[in-house]
Amino acid sequence: MIVLFGVFLLSLMVITALAIVRTHHLFVAVILTGIFSLLMAANFFVLDAADVALTEAAIGAGISTVLFLGALALTGEHERANASNRLLALSVVAVTTLIVIYATFDKPRFGDPLAPVHQHVSPWYLEQTPEVIDIPNVVTAVLGSFRGYDTLGEVFVVFTAGIGVLFLFGARPPPRSGAASRNSAAPGQGLRHYLIPRVVGRLLIPFILLFGLYVQFHGDYGPGGGFQAGAIIAAAVILYALLEGEEQALRVLPHKLLIGLMAGGALLYGGVGVAALLLGGNFLDYSVLAADPIAGQHLGILLIEAGVGITVTGVLLSVFHAFAGRRRV
Amino acid sequence: MALLLDIASWALLSIGGAFVFIGGVGALRMPDLYTRIHAASLTDTMGAVLVIFGIMLQAGLSLAAVKLAAILLFLLLTSPTASNALASAALLAGLRPGDDATSQEEQSK
Repeated sequence: MIVLFGVFLLSLMVITALAIVRTHHLFVAVILTGIFSLLMAANFFVLDAADVALTEAAIGAGISTVLFLGALALTGEHERANASNRLLALSVVAVTTLIVIYATFDKPRFGDPLAPVHQHVSPWYLEQTPEVIDIPNVVTAVLGSFRGYDTLGEVFVVFTAGIGVLFLFGARPPPRSGAASRNSAAPGQGLRHYLIPRVVGRLLIPFILLFGLYVQFHGDYGPGGGFQAGAIIAAAVILYALLEGEEQALRVLPHKLLIGLMAGGALLYGGVGVAALLLGGNFLDYSVLAADPIAGQHLGILLIEAGVGITVTGVLLSVFHAFAGRRRV
Repeated sequence: MALLLDIASWALLSIGGAFVFIGGVGALRMPDLYTRIHAASLTDTMGAVLVIFGIMLQAGLSLAAVKLAAILLFLLLTSPTASNALASAALLAGLRPGDDATSQEEQSK
């Protein structure tokens, strides 16, 4: 049954990918990319990877679509005609495809329990998590504690991406030479003129924020954690910006605060590592943070997940404002 | 009792599935954007309500049922709002009911 679902979802994804390549209308391509991410999320969920599915749905289908649309609002909706050599590109793609298909023959059968990925460190993680860390969600234990270095690296990748976008767009918002120079009042005003989405949005934003906090702090027990929660909280603020206007959102969470969040979250993560070092343990070894090693692990995971969430929220909102605050060129 | 619940649940799921299917056919076959939105909104409302009630019967009185109820409430609030915003945006962009959005685009090319 799972195989049937998997084949169905994967064929839908292939169809969507072909449609993305075929379309010349970039708006359509962006929406199709969102659909692609949603299908991928469903596929992850079918494969029992609920944490990854949540991340893919929140970031791939949600926030990236908004950022792409923000980029389209600055440029244009139609693809430029491409006159380069298509035959060469097609043959390179064909050869690569054949090599990849040939490589799959060496892979273990789908769901094979003897596959190397199930034999290497996974049994050790499953065995050690109840003893050493004692939280039900092994994914969070692996992500936060066993592989804390990797997650630290991921946070810095997100942080670096945010810095890169801010450098490209200019960290300071472009000087506003009065409201008159803007092409109309509409971009800064959001949907203020339009009642129904505003009423429903105002009703929902507190619950979205609450759900974000739930995902953040429930990550030890169920699917969730800092990455997903950061994306959900950023989505709530972006919804606020769309409804009430971008400037109103900047009044609530100013640029300086967002940059502080970006750096502060990564700093909190690194700081937990240094604190463990000062208390006599290894870098990011949370056991020494409290008298009881298991309580120390819990405290460490809580703190670093908070750091992840803060950085992701700050980066996503900074990138959104970098796109939204810029006038069309 | 369990059998009765199962039958009721599967009936709800099948009718909900039928509504989703009709919504999909309507979204493809209806002549202009507004009627297509109308057809697709059938999926969000009747389809979602029936399918989620069907799953709630399967879940029984548990935390899962409460979560499904929350999802249902969220869908009932957001989907009609999204449809309304879409139709309103199309109207603001100057698409009159009766115009076919795709054929209009082809004419403008």
